Amino acid sequence: MVEMVTKPYAAAFEKHALANPDVLCLSADLTSSCEIDGFRDRHPERFLSMGMAEQNMMSFAGGLGLAGFRPFIHTFGVFMYRRPYDQLMASIAYPRRKVRLMAFLPGITTPGGMTHQSIEDISVMRSIPNMTILETGDATEVESICEAADSIDGPVYCRVLRGSVPRLFDSPIKVGQMRELASGDDVLVVTAGICTEEAMRANSVLSKTGVSVRHLHLHTIKPFDAKALLDHIASVKHGVITLENHVTEGGIGSLVAEAMADAGVGKRLVRLGLKDTYAHGGSRAYLMRYYGLDAIALVRGIEDLMGQKFNVSEQDLDVARVEAVHSLAKAEGL
Amino acid sequence: MQNKRQTVDVALGIRRRVFEHAIRNNGGYLSQACSAAEQLAWLYNEELNLGEPTLPMIPKPFEGVPSADNPDYHTGAGYNGPFEAQYDRLFIAPAHYALNAYATLIEVGRMAPEGLEMFNKDGSSVEMIGAEHSPGMEVHNGTLGIGLSTAAGLAWGRKQRGETGRTWVFMSDGEVQEGQTWEAVQACAHHGIDNVFAIMDVNDQQCDGTMSSVMEVGDIRAKFLAFGAACIEIDGHDLSAMRDAVKEPHAGKPLIILARTNPFHTMSILEERFPRLHYVRFKSEEERARMNISIAKDLGIDPIDYAH
Ligand SMILES: Cc1ncc(C[n+]2csc(CCOP(=O)(O)OP(=O)(O)O)c2C)c(N)n1
Ligand SMILES: [Mg+2]
Repeated sequence: MVEMVTKPYAAAFEKHALANPDVLCLSADLTSSCEIDGFRDRHPERFLSMGMAEQNMMSFAGGLGLAGFRPFIHTFGVFMYRRPYDQLMASIAYPRRKVRLMAFLPGITTPGGMTHQSIEDISVMRSIPNMTILETGDATEVESICEAADSIDGPVYCRVLRGSVPRLFDSPIKVGQMRELASGDDVLVVTAGICTEEAMRANSVLSKTGVSVRHLHLHTIKPFDAKALLDHIASVKHGVITLENHVTEGGIGSLVAEAMADAGVGKRLVRLGLKDTYAHGGSRAYLMRYYGLDAIALVRGIEDLMGQKFNVSEQDLDVARVEAVHSLAKAEGL
Repeated sequence: MQNKRQTVDVALGIRRRVFEHAIRNNGGYLSQACSAAEQLAWLYNEELNLGEPTLPMIPKPFEGVPSADNPDYHTGAGYNGPFEAQYDRLFIAPAHYALNAYATLIEVGRMAPEGLEMFNKDGSSVEMIGAEHSPGMEVHNGTLGIGLSTAAGLAWGRKQRGETGRTWVFMSDGEVQEGQTWEAVQACAHHGIDNVFAIMDVNDQQCDGTMSSVMEVGDIRAKFLAFGAACIEIDGHDLSAMRDAVKEPHAGKPLIILARTNPFHTMSILEERFPRLHYVRFKSEEERARMNISIAKDLGIDPIDYAH
């Protein structure tokens, strides 16, 4: 069983902020929801409550950047870019302010429905010049996200997991690198965020059926090292499959497609994720099944890619973790 | 469909349903029942002119999002009756009040009690954060601060088309921190939109605690007046004050009723959780049991047998 870590962000942020006096903590009325309530209570002089007013918060953070501070903005991913996109562009991205956008509840990790689910954030951020994008897929990555983000000379958008988070890795994020989790030679699976755990589950079952999977986990989405990816693609026979907690347009599926097209790679690519649709409210496990973001969806995608059936049933895969709506590890029901 | 019951009874019914739901589910948007029950009860039971519901009493499951491939898509507005010229429309702007809005629909006979059992269940349309396909909802408002603008546009459009029905918005005080709220009032004033009405639950609460501790908003009535609205401030638990407030003349201006409320009104034990009442999740079985007994007593019912 994987180790589950409770609120890894809370301690990691506090430690990083205390070691870096120019780091400030900003919040837009989602302080407990972003696990910084303890920090607020213990270090009020380093905490700025900005109210539910995201547009102002973005430009304000740009101003803090001008004064030499490195603000960490905390809110849900959607509220980081949908309403305040213009402010994000003009006050943060263009002038390359060292603002760290800590985006909670990425993709369908919230039952809050369309208005709470940042399903196109990576696509938006990838198209912003000067933006760096990091995504956490386990507790160790959450624990290292602050240091990783704060090492960037410019703005950074981070998809952060909260609450009860599995520990899958034992080494911190090294910005610009990718994790090779399996080194097979039939198909290349590329995942990020919560989809990596799904892929690990699928791979453990598939390996018993004789399929040889190569698996890459991305924590750095932009800038992206296409050369390393292309080497991995060259070492598999059948092609590539991506699985993401995001729409299939503009996310890591697109990233891989662009790298392949740019290099003239003639292998097949299957992109799994939300297929040009909004999502709706529901539990994470239900939504991952409904929209085909889970282990079984990946198995079916690999079958499609290889043109074979592997006789893997849903029962063979570990049942996706079902989270209680009311877990002690989160502040509300979202 | 109006006035089958006394509005006070509807308000009590809303509180009982939200309380039962929160106890059974170990938490929920419970404090909003304390603050807003009178407002929602008054709107649905007295003030709004709505036709008979056009959607089934037992809500249909989730049937997909708007898309060219989903031609039968519809919103949950049918619970408020048909879109006809003489009828009013209502937006629940802070979509996290959905639990309370659903309880209201049940209390006024627009939705079956089974609807609340579907709340936040996978595959259900009765979503925790009211979606536009959820019962009684017409637009998505989970991103706070957009409701009044949409209402203003709809109201202007309806006036152009000669419709007499009003457009109402139920708002929350957190929304005044968003700049868009003020842009909406400004546009209403500029275009003389006086067929838009809002009642705001001024509970002085937001996610992080009291509004003044999170972001001071000052005298919001003075601000609404300065931006060109007509604005009345009332005790939000006083139904007769609501009835009077809506009579305020407001030619060429939107009317905003600020309902000052208490976030633990009728559930006194919730004061223990002050100043953080936005989402009440019981911290322990002991607290849950204690609150069950205390609130049930306040609401005049037996404690909820939530073990079953
Ligand atoms: C644009 C936007 N920012 C942040 C949120 C997250 N959020 C949901 S409710 C809420 C508190 C708003 O205060 P109010 O609506 O008065 O809530 P109350 O606690 O009184 O129910 C916040 C910040 C949101 N839904 N939309
Ligand atoms: Mg409030």
